[in-house]
Amino acid sequence: MDKIVRVNMSDLTTSIEVVPPEWAGLGGRALTSTIVAGEVVPTCHPLGENNKLVFAPGLLSGTAAANTGRFSAGAKSPLTGTIKESNAGGLAAQMFARLGIKALIIEGLPKEDKWYSLHVNQDGVSIAEETELIGKGNFAVVETLEQRLGKKVGILTIGPAGEMRMLSANISVKDSDSRLRSHGRGGLGAVMGSKRIKFISIDDHDAPGVKLVDPDKFKAAARTLAKAILDHPGTGQGLPTFGTAEMVNIINAAGSLPTRNFTYGQFEGHEDLSGETMREIIIARGGKPKHGCQPGCIIQCSQVYTDEDGTYVTSGFEYETIETMGANACVGNLDLVARADYIMDDIGVDSIETSVTFGVAMEAGVLPFGDGREVLRILKDEIGTGTPLGRILGSGAGNVGKIYGVTRVPVVKNQAIPAYDPRAIKGIGITYATSPMGADHTAGYTIGHNLMGCGGRIIDPLKKDEQVWLSRHLQTGQISIDSVGLCHFVGFPMEDNPEFVPALIDLLNARFGFDLTPAWIGDIGVAILKTERAFNIGAGFTNKHDRLPEFFREPMLPHNAVWDFTDEEIDEFWNF
Amino acid sequence: MMRITVKLYASFRDGRFMEEDQEHPDGITLRQVVAHVGIGDGELGMSLVNGCHATMDKPLSDGDCIFLFPMLSGG
Repeated sequence: MDKIVRVNMSDLTTSIEVVPPEWAGLGGRALTSTIVAGEVVPTCHPLGENNKLVFAPGLLSGTAAANTGRFSAGAKSPLTGTIKESNAGGLAAQMFARLGIKALIIEGLPKEDKWYSLHVNQDGVSIAEETELIGKGNFAVVETLEQRLGKKVGILTIGPAGEMRMLSANISVKDSDSRLRSHGRGGLGAVMGSKRIKFISIDDHDAPGVKLVDPDKFKAAARTLAKAILDHPGTGQGLPTFGTAEMVNIINAAGSLPTRNFTYGQFEGHEDLSGETMREIIIARGGKPKHGCQPGCIIQCSQVYTDEDGTYVTSGFEYETIETMGANACVGNLDLVARADYIMDDIGVDSIETSVTFGVAMEAGVLPFGDGREVLRILKDEIGTGTPLGRILGSGAGNVGKIYGVTRVPVVKNQAIPAYDPRAIKGIGITYATSPMGADHTAGYTIGHNLMGCGGRIIDPLKKDEQVWLSRHLQTGQISIDSVGLCHFVGFPMEDNPEFVPALIDLLNARFGFDLTPAWIGDIGVAILKTERAFNIGAGFTNKHDRLPEFFREPMLPHNAVWDFTDEEIDEFWNF
Repeated sequence: MMRITVKLYASFRDGRFMEEDQEHPDGITLRQVVAHVGIGDGELGMSLVNGCHATMDKPLSDGDCIFLFPMLSGG
């Protein structure tokens, strides 16, 4: 029997609740956003006692269906002030699902100046005081907890940045190799830190597991879904071979690769940062070019990146981190970017927000463009320890821009714009502008349609035509993916293989005994997008916040592209 | 004859090249150059001529630079 587990940090009590009927058909983002919108006062302080931190596995998490182990975290974001859902791989989603926990809701703030941990198991959740791991990095947390609780323990943890309630703080999730995946965006680590929870450990020993209503139908649909993922050239060949860094060269060729704090659209050293080069380096050094972020992943876009001696440096080394630190901050060297990625994971900051912040700080003259060694020092000695400079840089690109008087500040709703310049790929600009999450490429990833003809034809990236429709189509579809617990990248076979959606609907019906039709994909997307926007309106946001920064009106080489949407054209997004 | 620079990416480099200057007869189209390199229409994700999307029937000009990518899924 699925249940809701609730923790009240104000009086240090816990409870187990029956799943309300209106939440029964929800999971992942649909559930976290519904709970946050329903239970959190939109005007509350994100780090105050009225915010709630919600975790939920996807609807299909814990089953044998491929790539369904994504975990959603939701709250009011201290970075954006909007509703937030950030999802990650790792072990947590499948462990929660096997334990029958549909959501964990953490509310209130402790009265005493102490730190705590939560432990989730078959009996629900318990609270304990924590002292040993306070101030420690995420890798030390994982190592210590595996000694304390056993190698199989699942872990959600915050680093020093989360303890210090920095706005770029993330929540890390242990993966099957005892490395980290991240709920990166929106500062949710600061929300966990405000509730003074250093980590959440998970024990799924003797868990009841996931029961399927129709196992035969489920098995057949799971096979179809897996085949669609493996048959698609993007998910079956490109990602497992080159990782997400495959995007460096293509975005550079399209003239949309943010360079020198979003001044140019191409970076001279792009080949050194590319997926092609990364693959050669990893193979030469004996690392792993393929790696899954979650058990059951058949795409394997992650990797293990080592130094020249074969020693582990980082994994989950993503395009957006490589681009924003490598090209946008001009560091230009994969080894240095990899070391920065490791430190960001360890101290617990979002590697997109932080890398874009460095670009703004470089423009401000805090450090020179391209000074990778100073980046490493600042991450470790300033942000990681919370010096005044570290706290400024840990507060995100928008705040750093304000403090240093920089006008070229790439944020929407105060969240950093990731590794695609919206002037030269306009569809993604509509997503940045309108997503209730603030600037987030994953919220409605138009790159495949704008560059490569995903969905059957190319929607010209340099023209305005159809971009609003495209972003809306993808934003609603992405909500269904995020709610099922599926990996973001299944969006490609979902668009290109007509067998994908019927198989997905069969999986949901066979898992739960639902009677869904393919219309569910659009319906859940529309409903949740409107729920999220209503929360933001309640928090004080209007259509005037759905805008890109003014500097995007300046032409950018190589195309001299400008962001030329009118306010009315952007606002048309919400006309549905 | 025209001089065309061909740049290949990702798996298209396997057994081929990263970048090559090629001589082609006047009026050759993008489709013909792609076929000459040995890439099937169905394999192609993105093709750019001088940084811009182009139709496969586009006649090329002397000095053009073309970029050929397989379908990639993103970051």
